[in-house]
Amino acid sequence: MKEPLFHIIKRTDVVWWKAWLIRAIAILAAFLVAAILTVIMTGLNPFSVFGAMFSGAFGTERRILKLFQGTAILLCIGLAVTPAFRMRFWNIGAEGQVLAGGMAAATVLIFAGDRMPSAFVIILCLAAAVTAGAIWAVIPALFKAKWNTNETLFTLMMNYIAIQIIKYFVLLWSVPKGSGQIGIINGTSQSGWLPKLFGQDYIFNIVIVAILTVLVFVYLRYTKHGYEISVVGESEKTARYIGINVKKVIIRTMILSGAIAGLAGFLLVNGTDHTISADTAGGNGFTAIMVSWLAKFNPLVMFLSSFLIVFLQKGAGQITTDFGLNKSFSDILTGIIIFFIIGCEFFINYRIVFRSSRKEAEKS
Amino acid sequence: MNPFVMFLQRAVIMGVPLIYGATGETITEKSGHLNLGIPGIMYVGSISGVIGAFLYESAVGRENVNPALGILIPLVACLVGSLLMGLIYSFFTVSLRANQNVTGLALTTFGVGIGNFFGGSLIKLTNSELPSVNLTTTSNLFKTPLPFAKDLGWFGEIFLSYGFLAYLGIFLAIFAAIIMKRTRVGLHLRAVGENPATADAAGINVGRYKYFATCLGSMIAGLGGLYYIMDYANGVWSNDGFGDRGWLAIALVIFTVWKTDLGIIGAILFGGLMIVNNYIPGLGLADQELIRILPYLVTIIVLIIVSAREKRETQPPQSLGLSYFREDR
Repeated sequence: MKEPLFHIIKRTDVVWWKAWLIRAIAILAAFLVAAILTVIMTGLNPFSVFGAMFSGAFGTERRILKLFQGTAILLCIGLAVTPAFRMRFWNIGAEGQVLAGGMAAATVLIFAGDRMPSAFVIILCLAAAVTAGAIWAVIPALFKAKWNTNETLFTLMMNYIAIQIIKYFVLLWSVPKGSGQIGIINGTSQSGWLPKLFGQDYIFNIVIVAILTVLVFVYLRYTKHGYEISVVGESEKTARYIGINVKKVIIRTMILSGAIAGLAGFLLVNGTDHTISADTAGGNGFTAIMVSWLAKFNPLVMFLSSFLIVFLQKGAGQITTDFGLNKSFSDILTGIIIFFIIGCEFFINYRIVFRSSRKEAEKS
Repeated sequence: MNPFVMFLQRAVIMGVPLIYGATGETITEKSGHLNLGIPGIMYVGSISGVIGAFLYESAVGRENVNPALGILIPLVACLVGSLLMGLIYSFFTVSLRANQNVTGLALTTFGVGIGNFFGGSLIKLTNSELPSVNLTTTSNLFKTPLPFAKDLGWFGEIFLSYGFLAYLGIFLAIFAAIIMKRTRVGLHLRAVGENPATADAAGINVGRYKYFATCLGSMIAGLGGLYYIMDYANGVWSNDGFGDRGWLAIALVIFTVWKTDLGIIGAILFGGLMIVNNYIPGLGLADQELIRILPYLVTIIVLIIVSAREKRETQPPQSLGLSYFREDR
């Protein structure tokens, strides 16, 4: 029988700098393709396109702040899904968990807003959001633990239930009645809004997420819980054999996962938007899955991947306003870049051996 | 018209895109690939058809549209567009063994982006003088009902009043069910999705089946997008108009426990739930949003029941979501 033209071998021996070199090349190649596409669409020279991107992301102090605020939120949701992913629990329900948290926070804001001191409202919002997110996440986990119900499909469906519930309450509580939106909550008293730090909005969010990133990193890397998560992810059978209660780990980790997602909802409602709608999470619950995966589930690296994606979105957003294109152009660019990064993982994990080179290898 | 007949007719029209989406996704999932890119693929199928029809209509002028070409061009454009999306997905997940969830979600971002981008800037990109993308001529071709529909009263309204794509969708769903249940190809496909290593050992070309099922599934799902834009939306593109129908289609796959023939009834049921507020007096806008929870809720309930009963025929394909690498064994 004829030997196939090439042959794929798994490799485990890639040194870290080589792996990162491959990723860097992939990102560069992706930018190149994205640039070519943009030039075809806009008919402009690539440098002015990239210029527009940079100005969109870093142009003014406000834009830089928004860039980091966006990164913080995306990173926070990425942190939420990571513990679950590390134990191979495919929680793609972050969107719903964030919304559940946001909805709970908004409810507290609306009903308790002007009745107690602001600091108290904030604490109440936080508690409500974290609890709601955790509940939204633990439901699929309970069924996974009990009957091994497919968690990917379950968490996916939970997203749309959360979206519909929010749409319901937005219509029910809309201000003014019948407008179909809730509007800024406590706009005059600013009760329950996260305070400005250094005279700026959003800094509070950024600081919280920065602390959280380190905490999650330490939790996953240096604690017993983190170790148990890794073992369950590697092999459930091994975990059971060495006496880890797999069901308990699944449920505990999903509570944590949902709680962090709920926190992201709290940051969005109390710290950024001061309102709630079905678009509050804005698809970030799904983007965060890619953020986490691109960073190989490492919380510290996730800062880079979420920054990259938010930079792209802001930059591409600027291109579209500058050149009168549709704003969805940034989604196309994000898609292309993620494809390249997904693709390059193959070359990090596998090696292609061609027929001729293999014979030479055997000779030598 | 009798309101019940009208309701049923609208429910079918709402359901047809879901039939296509669910049939395509089921075929893909049977090969062991959970394609979360289906919503994006349906957008691309939709916009590809729009682009094809738009270019053709502006090339010959609205009055001179040839009925055969007017249908064929958008149809082929839609199939090619969704095939390309299917190829992207299968290249990454089959050849490069990338994570299926990540690839699928990226594909949805990408596809929805393509749909909205071209839908929103088609006029600008082609320097056309038309004020908006409005393909009524092509849409009317797609909406031509079967003969006698007008003369047969309620029977005609319920069974004969749809465009040909609706019948094609139902036919494909039944045909796919027969293929999967009764033929060797279907048996092989299911084997690949259940346990690719065993299928491989039995001499089945696993990679080829996975590619084929994914691409075919994408093309079928893409047709759902085409039906939506040409039939339901009268050929008028609006950004995000397709909404969450792609996700509903994925829900439908679970709801009908991976059976495409059941999917027809499920789709009409889901379709009915989307419009039921127009037919129940006293039901407000907000209540309608609550009713729309139902498809997702019943899907979850089905998912739980199926997993609790552990009946073999109703389980998800066993290797669903896992990449297959021969040397991993």
